[in-house]
Amino acid sequence: MNKTIRFFLIALLAVGFLTPDAIAQDVLIRNATVLTVTNGTLEDTDVLITDGIIAEIGTDLRAPRGISEFDASGKFVMPGIIDAHAHIALSSVNESTSPVTAEVSMEDVTNPYSLGIYRASAGGVTVSHIMHGSANIIGGQNETIKHRWGATNPDDIRLEGAPRTIKFALGENPTRVHGRRASGGSGAIVPATRMGVEQVLHSAFENGKRYMEAWNAYNAEAATNPRAIPPVWNERLEVMADILRGEILVHCHSYRADEIVMLTRVLGDYGVDRITFQHANEAFKVAPELAEFGAHASVFADWWSYKFEVYYSTSYNAAILMRNGVLTSINSDSAELNRHLYHEAAKSQRYGDLTDDEALSMITINPAIQLGIQDRVGSIEIGKDGDIAVFDSHPLSIYTIPVLTFVDGVKIFDRENDMDDMRVDINPTAEVGEYEGQITGHDHMHSNEEVADAMSFFESVAKIDFDGHDQHNH
Amino acid sequence: MNLFMTLLLALGFFLPQQAQQQDDIARQGTYAITNARIETVANGTIERGTVVIEGDRIIAVGENVIIPESARVIDGSGLHVYPGMIDSGTSLGLTEVGSVAETNDTNEIGDITPHMNALTAVNPNSVAIPVTRVSGVTTVIAEPSGGLLPGTAAMINLFGYTAEQMTAGANSVIVQFPQEPSGDRPWWGQTGPDRRKERYRNNMAKLNEVFDRAVLYDRIVTAYEADPSGKERPVYAPEMDALRPVLSGDISLMVKVNAADDILKALTWVQDRELPNVVFSGVNEGWRVADQLAEAGFPALVGPVLATPTRSSDRYDRAYANAGLLSEAGVTVALRSGESKNVRNLPFNAGFAATYGMGKEAALRAVTLGPAEIFGIDSDYGSIEVGKKANLFVSNGDPFETSTDILALFIDGFNVPIESRHLDLYEEFLNRDAGRLQPIEILPADN
Repeated sequence: MNKTIRFFLIALLAVGFLTPDAIAQDVLIRNATVLTVTNGTLEDTDVLITDGIIAEIGTDLRAPRGISEFDASGKFVMPGIIDAHAHIALSSVNESTSPVTAEVSMEDVTNPYSLGIYRASAGGVTVSHIMHGSANIIGGQNETIKHRWGATNPDDIRLEGAPRTIKFALGENPTRVHGRRASGGSGAIVPATRMGVEQVLHSAFENGKRYMEAWNAYNAEAATNPRAIPPVWNERLEVMADILRGEILVHCHSYRADEIVMLTRVLGDYGVDRITFQHANEAFKVAPELAEFGAHASVFADWWSYKFEVYYSTSYNAAILMRNGVLTSINSDSAELNRHLYHEAAKSQRYGDLTDDEALSMITINPAIQLGIQDRVGSIEIGKDGDIAVFDSHPLSIYTIPVLTFVDGVKIFDRENDMDDMRVDINPTAEVGEYEGQITGHDHMHSNEEVADAMSFFESVAKIDFDGHDQHNH
Repeated sequence: MNLFMTLLLALGFFLPQQAQQQDDIARQGTYAITNARIETVANGTIERGTVVIEGDRIIAVGENVIIPESARVIDGSGLHVYPGMIDSGTSLGLTEVGSVAETNDTNEIGDITPHMNALTAVNPNSVAIPVTRVSGVTTVIAEPSGGLLPGTAAMINLFGYTAEQMTAGANSVIVQFPQEPSGDRPWWGQTGPDRRKERYRNNMAKLNEVFDRAVLYDRIVTAYEADPSGKERPVYAPEMDALRPVLSGDISLMVKVNAADDILKALTWVQDRELPNVVFSGVNEGWRVADQLAEAGFPALVGPVLATPTRSSDRYDRAYANAGLLSEAGVTVALRSGESKNVRNLPFNAGFAATYGMGKEAALRAVTLGPAEIFGIDSDYGSIEVGKKANLFVSNGDPFETSTDILALFIDGFNVPIESRHLDLYEEFLNRDAGRLQPIEILPADN
């Protein structure tokens, strides 16, 4: 049996063959120290989740009949962590064929079987913003996913109702990919410089604006003239028009202060007022300008010097931005870092002495705001989704261990029942039934028959390579 | 003057007996850190004690020590003193900006280049060095990379104006042990013979040939040196010359290997060749063969700890737990970050190792006295003891915790200012004058 099928099975076993809708989404967490993020810290508090939604927060809550209870005495409960910049769960990342490819979308390459989802969940992460790469100035549309590990349909892991977002990129990556294509030879096209980057942006927005105006004019005329001729449909310009209409949030890969300010000017020219600068290593240099524009930043805790445009950066970036009133999140951009975003956020206490709540806000409510999903997730409040991470000690301590993760009230990760070897078929030549022992330790038990059914089903599924796609372009 | 110093002065942290302005230049002298909690590592914790530094050495440690009159006194009340941390695997100083080839000196041309000395190419003025040392990491191994025998790694202290001033007195010749390709399937779509396996076999053959030749070269040169009369002088072969101290055991051979099967092959290989001084490095899958590693008795430089598991089917926390599992099995473990510019994350790597099974004490040892012993420099480094080099730092807490600040730093007895470009930029931009702030003008689109 090949690796492909193993991972189907792992995915299935994690939540017991069931689609998320069919799983009980009710849980009562008892006696925890609850870090609500938006409403302070509540000691010795219960959190009740019913139908996947936080229903009650309080002490000595009455347990609904039959609900699974978890005693979190001595433990810390925080909102599920949100990674505003990830490339997990994607089977491709960069449509690097043109400086503007607004029409492509990560919607089409979302892979619910990606092991990255499980491993991020093991670090308390429940939502990831899975992004197009940074090869193009206007790269492609992103997806906001929930870590519903075990779902088999890509549509089932999308955070339904999340605003559309799009990836932009400035600086070295697009100028290298396009302007230095074929080593600056005949294949090179604009942009090779930051001047070119700005002009590509201007042209894309101007063409989008004219396209939108042409459709507006047509729609107006068509109301009275049935013979009005519509403009030629153009998916790329449709997306640009949707950005102008405020229907798509811009998330821009950027590093240098000058290019960051440049984009605010271009966006200002076209009346686009919502922007999150991703990475933004030099955002701290123009923090007052960003605060004035209302721009947000989503940064690394400490990455620098891997390329020239991040050489003059500082690990105090997040703290400077926060102190200057720029709404800031800490992201991973990495299948390694996204397993310990709580630790990345904690670094802002060494680098700038942020408070616990400020540090935690950068991996919860702030990225939620940047993704436009703050009404659903990002804090522990009644009515929000039951996305919860449980830690055995304060999540900002180096000595903490995430022990339980719930998404929509469904337990996705449980350290106690985590398997040493996640393969179902450790011996590929053995009969399926021999592995009962491998899975009984897991939260959801399966009969041999269930496993056999699953294996025969997935052996018929097309081979997909699940590994090696968690690539990233910084 | 940086923020920390300003703060410390405001708190009366520095109480020089002779009124003296704290300057930004690292200087040796006589210093006394008083009333601090001293984590000696070698001899437990002194809850309230004093460390006296003179020149490059620690001259007194204890609860009741006489403070020399000339000493500048640092009041360590409520503070902690730790030995400087040692990172057992980095490329710090050899690389400045990852993507800019001109700033990378890790990888010389050729597969067999053990004579390339990292110490030669370490840039004492790398911006990453101050960025690293203000985290309490005072000493690192800087490693060349690329090829089978990429060069000779150097243990360096993170303060000095020349490479010679930075050396901590240990070198190690690196061998990148060939990695046998796993699985029976070549890369997707590849037909014909599996080139990866062919390359592996060639590399093993080459490695064996190099060491066979080195043994022969050593015998010839040794014989010539003992009695040159009547003999033709052997042709100078620098790569062979560089391997002679490895054969004699004067310098360790650092075997970089990660996969479990490769670790076992490497164990057999070094045992068959009877190499006298061997350390293993990386060993990401060491936990799978921990007992064999322990039995063989070679120390392991483990890490990075903050890494993903090597196999998709592995428990999610294997990389975090690896060092602890090896340690538990009886392997002598030191930790390495594997970093270039973020070697400052060594204490966090150690913190994760501690959390996932190793325990705080063992993890601290694995970034202090442990590596000093492995590299035979424990008479100078790794703990706070009389007679050792003054490589230590003062913090307001556990240095593995992210909320802890490092407040003072000594390397080779130099009182090194807590300054780095990252701190400089923080000071400059935290409260930047926003007076020049211009509102973004909304211009006509065609402008």
